[in-house]
Amino acid sequence: MLILTCPYCGITADETELAPGGEAHLKRHGPGSGDDEFHSYLFTRENPRGVHFERWRHAYGCGKWFHAARDTMTLEVFGTYKAQTTEPPKEVRAAITARHPGWSWRDFS
Amino acid sequence: MSDPISAMNMARFDGIARIEETGLHGMITLRGDLASKPLKAAATAVAGVAFPGANEANCEDDTGICWMSPDEALVMCPYDTVKAGVAQMQKALARQHVLVVNVSDARAVFQVSGPSAREVMAKLCPVDLSPEAFKPGMFRRTRMAQVAAAFWMVDDQTFRIVCFRSVADYVFSLLRVAAQPGSEVGCF
Repeated sequence: MLILTCPYCGITADETELAPGGEAHLKRHGPGSGDDEFHSYLFTRENPRGVHFERWRHAYGCGKWFHAARDTMTLEVFGTYKAQTTEPPKEVRAAITARHPGWSWRDFS
Repeated sequence: MSDPISAMNMARFDGIARIEETGLHGMITLRGDLASKPLKAAATAVAGVAFPGANEANCEDDTGICWMSPDEALVMCPYDTVKAGVAQMQKALARQHVLVVNVSDARAVFQVSGPSAREVMAKLCPVDLSPEAFKPGMFRRTRMAQVAAAFWMVDDQTFRIVCFRSVADYVFSLLRVAAQPGSEVGCF
């Protein structure tokens, strides 16, 4: 069972109270971008065995979108943070580094 | 004119806890910046109770305010005063960026009471309902089996549940099954 803490209302919600929103920190490539960029924005996703960043929505609770950093193998959660950001906050990165020195995920490490 | 009736028309069930639909309630959804003083003043003027903090509900009988999300509150009042309450809040907040909507007829309210009330609710919701974790005055939006619901505790043995009117029959059936005689778990 995956249990995440919503950074907006502070509720520790179990997975069944949340709605998954796919990969986090995607950069949108819309009009004016090249075919390759648009293709990769639409279709290319990370599918790591280990550290991953995802979007979740507290669907049955306060209704807010947020980000979560977790390990896809162990379900260990490194932290959750608000959606109004383009990169993971320092404390979340530090928590990941403590468990997985030298980790990297897309442009983050 | 026909008289308004509540979704389950005051249905009742007695099992390990008493389940009852509590009839019509005035409910006003208020969205906006919950830190704003005019918004708080408008809500407390209609409900007559102090504005609750995060994940809390201040309710007395038919009136109260529930904290729904960081930008949403639910103002409760008697059903026959809800139109006046909405008008009063809209007037007070005319210059603010807020949303005030009468949702009374879109909701149903249930009460679960008795020594096993916590168990009945704990069977249906993914929430820690132990007496240490969930206390009167706290408010929780969650799911009951497959539908969204919100609840708070009136006292240590009584829950009030708010759900959508369209699923009132489902919620009442759920509660009835969860409160079947002989179904005590004895975990609290």
